Amino acid sequence: MNPFSSGTRLRDMIRSIRACKTAAEERAVVRKECADIRASINENDPHDRHRNLAKLMFIHMLGYPTHFGQMECLKLIASPGFPEKRIGYLGLMLLLDERQEVLMLVTNSLKQDLNHTNQYVVGLALCALGNICSAEMARDLAPEVERLIQFRDPNIRKKAALCSTRIVRKVPDLAENFVNAAASLLKEKHHGVLITGVQLCYELCTINDEALEYFRKKCTEGLIKTLRDITNSAYQPEYDVAGITDPFLHIRLLRLLRVIGHGDADASDLMTDILAQVATKTESNKNAGNAVLYECVETIMAIEDTSSLRVLAINILGRFLSNRDNNIRYVALNMLMKAIAFDDQAVQRHRVTILECVKDPDASIRKRALELVSLLVNENNVKQLTKELIDYLEISDEDFKEDLSAKICFIVEKFSPEKIWYIDQMLKVLSEAGKFVKDDVWHALIVVISNASELHGYTVRALYKAVIYSEQETLVRVAIWCIGEYGDLLVNNVGMLGNEDPMTVTECDAVDVIEDAITRHSSDMTTKAMALIALLKLSSRFPSISERIKDIIVKQKGSLLLEMQQRAIEFNSIVDRHKNIRSSLVERMPVLDEATFNVRRAGSFPASASTMAKPSVSLPNGVEKPAAPPLVDLLDMDSDDIMSAPSSSGADFLQDLLGVVDLGSSSAQSGATQAPKAGTDLLLDILSIGTPSPAQNSTSSIDLLSTADVNKNPSNVLDAISSPAPPHIATTASAGMFDLLDGLSPSPSKEATNGPAYPPIVAYESSSLKIEFSFSKAPGKPQTTNVQATFINLSPNIFTDFIFQAAVPKFLQLHLDPASGNTLPASGNITQSLRVNNSQHGKKSLVMRMRVGYKLNGKDVLEEGQINNFPRGL
Amino acid sequence: MIHFVLLVSRQGKVRLTKWYSPYTQKERSKVIRELSGVILNRGPKLCNFVEWRGYKVVYKRYASLYFCMCIDQEDNELEVLEIIHHYVEILDRYFGSVCELDLIFNFHKAYYILDELLIAGELQESSKKTVARIISAQDQLVEAAKEEAGSISNIIAQATK
Repeated sequence: MNPFSSGTRLRDMIRSIRACKTAAEERAVVRKECADIRASINENDPHDRHRNLAKLMFIHMLGYPTHFGQMECLKLIASPGFPEKRIGYLGLMLLLDERQEVLMLVTNSLKQDLNHTNQYVVGLALCALGNICSAEMARDLAPEVERLIQFRDPNIRKKAALCSTRIVRKVPDLAENFVNAAASLLKEKHHGVLITGVQLCYELCTINDEALEYFRKKCTEGLIKTLRDITNSAYQPEYDVAGITDPFLHIRLLRLLRVIGHGDADASDLMTDILAQVATKTESNKNAGNAVLYECVETIMAIEDTSSLRVLAINILGRFLSNRDNNIRYVALNMLMKAIAFDDQAVQRHRVTILECVKDPDASIRKRALELVSLLVNENNVKQLTKELIDYLEISDEDFKEDLSAKICFIVEKFSPEKIWYIDQMLKVLSEAGKFVKDDVWHALIVVISNASELHGYTVRALYKAVIYSEQETLVRVAIWCIGEYGDLLVNNVGMLGNEDPMTVTECDAVDVIEDAITRHSSDMTTKAMALIALLKLSSRFPSISERIKDIIVKQKGSLLLEMQQRAIEFNSIVDRHKNIRSSLVERMPVLDEATFNVRRAGSFPASASTMAKPSVSLPNGVEKPAAPPLVDLLDMDSDDIMSAPSSSGADFLQDLLGVVDLGSSSAQSGATQAPKAGTDLLLDILSIGTPSPAQNSTSSIDLLSTADVNKNPSNVLDAISSPAPPHIATTASAGMFDLLDGLSPSPSKEATNGPAYPPIVAYESSSLKIEFSFSKAPGKPQTTNVQATFINLSPNIFTDFIFQAAVPKFLQLHLDPASGNTLPASGNITQSLRVNNSQHGKKSLVMRMRVGYKLNGKDVLEEGQINNFPRGL
Repeated sequence: MIHFVLLVSRQGKVRLTKWYSPYTQKERSKVIRELSGVILNRGPKLCNFVEWRGYKVVYKRYASLYFCMCIDQEDNELEVLEIIHHYVEILDRYFGSVCELDLIFNFHKAYYILDELLIAGELQESSKKTVARIISAQDQLVEAAKEEAGSISNIIAQATK
């Protein structure tokens, strides 16, 4: 060491850092060291570089920033001595990764070192290249590496081989250059070279089909011979691991044979004998042997059909499964999942053991086993398996319940032999783990219940019994929905099934349950809202205690939640003043359409994707067209001016109308909250004015309310109602309705009177798509511009999953309403309204970046653009 | 392939990290935090595999140190356990019954050995003897260079006296 250098030695620095008692102390020491190192770097003394970098690496490992040392690595690598290069390359691999620009500077040094006369320097360079090279460096240095695969020293050959695997991973085009060199490595005797050579061949086979064909033709027999030699070889102390000669080589050979045998009967045939030998002769009492067996089983299952071998493989897995070692059981479960594909029966035999694994204390094993069980389920064993799983659900760990209940629900839904069984099982799951059950699952349950008309009575009684003992949120929700709908069946024991015990539930008991739910502090907004609706329904079903129900509703007038308060007032007035129409208002829900629900659930559209859209307003971007007509009709019955609204994406409006129950999370100032308010006011008007409108329609509207939460997407409700409305032509303009309800200017005719008119613009046009914007301003709000976007499909093809996204600079706020649809038929159009608030109104004009995504013949298409041609003064 | 190697102490201190797939600094510290949380909290008799973000992490405890390697779903977990053990045995031979302190003060040596064992996330040598031989050959090169430097600086010192 240089006697004149200042600063501490590496060892001392580590000591002083270790001596630190607190994190603050450690930070102080590190800061001081870093300052010293920086100073020393600035002096540019080559003697200290070595030590500085070593220190920096330690500091880096502790998680402190060390970017200022990156150039030092390069200097060390460029210096002539081996010790400097060694630490330089180490620093390079530690402090940098392939994505840093600095790395490119090292390409030249690497190239020189790859041609260095000292083989250890070559080794260092190969190692660094293999660990962190980028695609660009891989291209530049591939010829050097390729040459080094033939180097005289085996230690360089093996490094070059692995370096090549990295290169072909980064740049698959280069694969063919390495095929010959890789094949030559397979003839080596040196284990290191052989291991890396086999690895390189495997990599090439997975990347390049021609390479695979080449190795299959030229090397299969050689590989089999090599595998046979090491399997039968005498004890070699250098390579022996627990009685197996070089398990690592075994495993790599088996893996390469797997890709060669897969899809080729001849090659598979050739390797049958040796695979059988490995499978039968390998000792399975140590991990190394099991690792080889495991690999062998995987190869047997991947190559072309040799059924006798597969029996052998399944037997090995059976042995693994009953092993006491958790690791072995884990891999057995893992492998049985693959085995199911070709021998379901054999795996079914182990069902009992696998079920035991679901109850294992080890989370990793439980998870694997649960996956496997869900694959094992079929129509014959579903009842038994579900029972086992549900029994276990009662005693399982809290953190496992989520996975477990999700899987049970999946199994029950998929294989349920009959509805009553499905309902029973779901009730059990909800009672045990209701809080982990996802929304779509209990929504589905309600849809099923609604469809099983002969089971209504049974279900509501079962739910009543369950909800008394369990306070699981989702169970409570389903129960109050059912009690609201079928409360009369509960009290009168209607529709008793043969095996049911009669029970006496008074009307008061039923209301108690709902009162509990609405007053419980832990109940969330959705539950309370559902409870309130249930109460409204019961007020008509149980006229004798309607006074009590009214009291409960009245109490909610004081709710802190605005929606609850408002709803309570409205419902109270229904109960109080509109006795004559109440019973028809709160009639039972029409049967919910299962098919529509399933389609929607499977589709589960992405939420209206926009950076600006409030995340709380999780409206689906597209809603099916048929949704509109009944709604227009519904609105129509009361006011003519709404009728005259040029168009409506009724569904969107309805969504908001229904959204009332869902507003728990949405912020008050969100644009969307205004709409439902307006919407429900309107509805209230409809109801309280009590125009002689067709009762059926108003019933529907209330029923819509009651299911609001169940059906986030209204279209199916509407479908279900199947209103007798004549088909309206309501395809355009989703904005109209919102604006109308918000008191903003709705129609073009009014626009003119509301201030200066702005000419519409073509915001974007490509060969397949045209976007037009038209503008309007609300009176008294010059800052806010309502933009009506029309998307026109210019191509002869249909666009599906259409999504429009937009971004604006900071001085603008953008609000996107849901589009009128997400499917754009050939030369058809859809519309979407945007609201832009310009905080610099009068100083800056609007700009917007936009992106449009859609599927064309199943392929994703993305179009982007910037919109600068907004009219001035917006 | 092995995506990264991690050595963490019982107390959650990082003793060695090696990344074969690109992770930014931020991701690296997040990965370390997440994984040490999961692994250090696992009970003693459980299996040595943890499923994590679509990968598997194979870990094994030696005295106060956890050796962790992250691999792909379809890789052979049992073999990775053997690789870990292989590495530990080589460390053990090199340091002469290795302990955590050896790896703290000679962390760079631990890296050098790892570099002779793995490249590009793949195993390069199955013989412990070969690795030991290559490492000691390189150590000697460093020693020789040091001595030479020492003697030159002596000559300079004498000449300038």
